[in-house]
Amino acid sequence: MTSNTKSAPRYHGKRYRLDRPELLAPAGNLEKLKFAIHYGADAVYIGGQKYGLRSNADNFSFEEMREGVEFANRYGAKVFVATNIYAHNEDIEGLEDYLRSLEEVGISAIIAADPIIIETAQRVAPKLEVHLSTQQSTLNWQAVQFWKEEGLPRVVLARETSFEEIEQIKKHVDIEIEAFIHGAMCSSFSGRCVLSNHFTDRDSNRGGCCQSCRWKYDLYQDEERMYEEGEDQFTMGSKDLCMIEYLPELIEVGVDSFKIEGRMKSIHYVATVVNVYRQAIDAYFADPEGYELKQEWIEEINKAANRPLNTGFFLDAPGAEDHIYGPEEKAAPYDFAAIVLDYDDRTGFATIQQRNHFKMGQEVEFVGPGGTFFKQTVTELTDADGNPLEAARHPMQHVRLRTLKPVKAMDMMRKKIR
Amino acid sequence: MSYKPELLATASSIEELTRLTDAGADAFLIGEARFGMRLAGEFTPEMIKEAVELAKPRGVRIYVAVNNLMDNNILDDLPGYLSYLHEAGVDAIVFGDPAVLMAARKHAPGMALHWNAEMTSTNYSTAEYWARRGATRFVLARELNMEQIEETKAKSSMEIQVQVHGMTNIYHSKRTLVNSYLDHQGDSEKARELDQNKALYLMEAERPGERYPIFEDANGTHVMSSDDICMIENLHELLVISVDSLKIEGILKSIEYNERVVRAYRQAIDAYLADPEGYTFREEWLDSIREVQDPNRELSYGFFYKEQVY
Repeated sequence: MTSNTKSAPRYHGKRYRLDRPELLAPAGNLEKLKFAIHYGADAVYIGGQKYGLRSNADNFSFEEMREGVEFANRYGAKVFVATNIYAHNEDIEGLEDYLRSLEEVGISAIIAADPIIIETAQRVAPKLEVHLSTQQSTLNWQAVQFWKEEGLPRVVLARETSFEEIEQIKKHVDIEIEAFIHGAMCSSFSGRCVLSNHFTDRDSNRGGCCQSCRWKYDLYQDEERMYEEGEDQFTMGSKDLCMIEYLPELIEVGVDSFKIEGRMKSIHYVATVVNVYRQAIDAYFADPEGYELKQEWIEEINKAANRPLNTGFFLDAPGAEDHIYGPEEKAAPYDFAAIVLDYDDRTGFATIQQRNHFKMGQEVEFVGPGGTFFKQTVTELTDADGNPLEAARHPMQHVRLRTLKPVKAMDMMRKKIR
Repeated sequence: MSYKPELLATASSIEELTRLTDAGADAFLIGEARFGMRLAGEFTPEMIKEAVELAKPRGVRIYVAVNNLMDNNILDDLPGYLSYLHEAGVDAIVFGDPAVLMAARKHAPGMALHWNAEMTSTNYSTAEYWARRGATRFVLARELNMEQIEETKAKSSMEIQVQVHGMTNIYHSKRTLVNSYLDHQGDSEKARELDQNKALYLMEAERPGERYPIFEDANGTHVMSSDDICMIENLHELLVISVDSLKIEGILKSIEYNERVVRAYRQAIDAYLADPEGYTFREEWLDSIREVQDPNRELSYGFFYKEQVY
């Protein structure tokens, strides 16, 4: 977890705004979209079949987008689509139709970096809002002013901007500011990296990134290698961002949209992280003066964390402690085990869908939106027909389990793994 | 029709600028790290004025790099810097950040503007977008191939600039990654002693022998390509489609090396212009470069003949 030794910046006790910031979550597929929204995201961003930067994600078809938008509407949530590649000449063909289709299926906004995509959207799909992607590496208010004058209602700042810089930008320009507050980070300025192109002929700025910044390298000066046998090698790989400890500062500095990274992340990850930030934001607005960070939020976030966490550039420039030099260990000692499909009040049994092996006698915990939480041991487990089971072995298998307390559909069950 | 491609070089000093002018460069990209990115050397405003005064009488153009990713702090200094460059008679400024475009409209009206967003300047439609907002030249990303360059030249109304020689940047971080690493190793002593003149480079286990230069400056950490683009053999392919500016990147190279390279490309361009039909590549041009080429750095075609996937 991030250490709380860094002192938080002070914003003179002044709050710029009292409206709630948007909590914006990633959704790699339709199921993740539903979980992100159910757990409290105000908006989700997804990728379509083209123009996105995650060519390996199972991206949405227009039909799936339509279904996603319908689901989101029931919660009053919005769906954004990332169209954040830097296009090459040949990518431009088909762009207009694609953008019109996004508008037609009810997408609220696109997140774009390449000005030609921005301009085309404004021309052919005027109902789509255009948000400037972090890939534009926007760090200064003058550039933000430029994009405002170009008609953009929102800018996603570069991850390199500090609290102080965000404050200055908000002071100079009346525009929505979106900032990444949680998740993995490019250690380069986003977009300013073609390591993948050079190492593997994969175009990083069109979705082909193979995360070469996380590889290990030998650093040499002239002919001398800069480390001894047994010492850590050089890397550019960064720890992941986590700003839960600085939520009041984020709100008070005026960030309009709190963005969580991770279209490739699991349902469990997205739902857990969204759940925590939702609770924290709501707690803050219920009582700004009395707001306190809860230890259980930090524990929850750690259960989903893939890497050690830090605060990026918000407080100060990252140093040695903000990079991952040794072997990259999975941080979370918990695994996602099942999703609740249904609960029978009469019998006290939940029907759940297996997502990872679990067995009788194992310690598990149930988590739901709003911070509902309890632990128990698996004491009674049957298949869908009521036949006793020793273990839930099959992915997606429906099984029944007696729960200590009532649960609801879309609650999650975790198991401890070490 | 008189096609005269520009041979654009970089310079680390007034001395290099003079010597490369003698070797045949038509234009130079110079500047200082406060405003410009990954420059061969530092040119203070006074030196820029001196460069212009040296270059003008010889018909040589001076472009100044103002292509950093700008932060709030530098915004106050931009107007003064741009109007200084304007008055000094600089021929163009190179920009990537829209903040520079906005400041230039006001403080350097009429100044030619070269759009260079490094690896993200990837299509002519976007270049035209910037042209409608004042840009006059499109500096193509080095990750584009010949087919894309041809199409860009055919369809764009802007001047286009293509790098034909030297290393390219492949990674730029705001983080001080070399110092962070040395700190992690408990070698902060060494970090302080790091000598800019001593070459730092990275190697990766799967790619033995490929040396990727890495350096830190006020703008962060930069990793450079392990090979040097060298298009002299196939330069006619760019000349035949009338590429407007051919750039030789001289960062992290000696003056002697850059002199050799500029001279070789000058000869090739002049030979082509003298007789486009009868032009043939002469091995001696390449040989003269090979003689001074670092044996640890391959001469390559960059991405000119590559197909990338994603």
